[in-house]
Amino acid sequence: MSDPKIEGYQLKPGFKGMAADTGSDQTMFKGVHWGKAMMWIFLLSDTFVFSCFLISYMKGRGSTPVEWPNASEVFGLHVFGVDVPLLLIAIMTFVLITSSGTMALAVKYGYEKNRKMCGWLILATAIGGLTFVGMQAFEWTKLIHEGVRPWENPFGAAQFGSFFFMITGFHGTHVSIGVIFLFIYAYKTFAGHYDEGKRGWFTTMKGDYVEIEILGLYWHFVDLVWVFIFAFFYLW
Amino acid sequence: MEETKKKQPEQTTTHKIGIYLWIWGLLFVLSFFSYMVDWYQFQGMLRWSLILVFMFLKAGLIMAFFMHLFWERYALVNVLLWPMTAIACFIFLMVAEFKYTLFTRLLYFFVGG
Repeated sequence: MSDPKIEGYQLKPGFKGMAADTGSDQTMFKGVHWGKAMMWIFLLSDTFVFSCFLISYMKGRGSTPVEWPNASEVFGLHVFGVDVPLLLIAIMTFVLITSSGTMALAVKYGYEKNRKMCGWLILATAIGGLTFVGMQAFEWTKLIHEGVRPWENPFGAAQFGSFFFMITGFHGTHVSIGVIFLFIYAYKTFAGHYDEGKRGWFTTMKGDYVEIEILGLYWHFVDLVWVFIFAFFYLW
Repeated sequence: MEETKKKQPEQTTTHKIGIYLWIWGLLFVLSFFSYMVDWYQFQGMLRWSLILVFMFLKAGLIMAFFMHLFWERYALVNVLLWPMTAIACFIFLMVAEFKYTLFTRLLYFFVGG
């Protein structure tokens, strides 16, 4: 541990370590960068936001006596003369997982101070995210043309549209914000801000590759939320 | 560059690339399986349990390895995971609620007050 705040502190493993860390009368998250701890706490609050959306979707879907639209058909695509169920959603899922993998590797190469590799992988992640948002825009356009609105749709229960646009829209917003930051961080990595310790905007914090991990946490969270949306909204 | 490398060798907490590639591969396989649940149109309890199993496996792998929770100290891990029990409680409350709402709707729409 190189954290000067905890120098001389004996780190213990497991729950005993947790009790000791919590009651140590100094920083609680030993060896964790404050930015990383704050990102985790933001993600925890975001978890609650998405949970509320998904739980209200469960409540809405469970309490309507009208039949729920069949997601398998609604989100199916007609390609090469064949109807493939959920095709676009499956591709979107694979694109997002691919970008999550490149992000994990970017964090790894960042900590190894491999500037070029880290930068290219962040760029690949950004392009993956952009592809995802593009496909989501295509999906929205298709459904809107088919007459899906927040208050009605031709497939079944009227609540379907409002939950669909709210949940995927909120997730898509997260992806879009992530993509913007990925491009900024790709630039900062290539420019060597994390090697030189150049300060960022609105902060006195010196540039460090830990920022890549913090960005990575956000990006993996976006992927994590999609895992739940994919399961509950598209497959259920 | 060389200077910084020598100065702070202990700061690099990296893991072997193999672990990331393994998790990445597993995520692809699990996503493929969950897509197959829809492809083969499994229904009922089989469908729901398979969806949940693949979902929790994927979520667990992402959090444990991609988000490094497996390597974090318990002080952080427990702060993050215990609040999830509140969400579980909320889900149970709302399940009871939607069943009651559905019951009253069916009663008033089809049977009549």
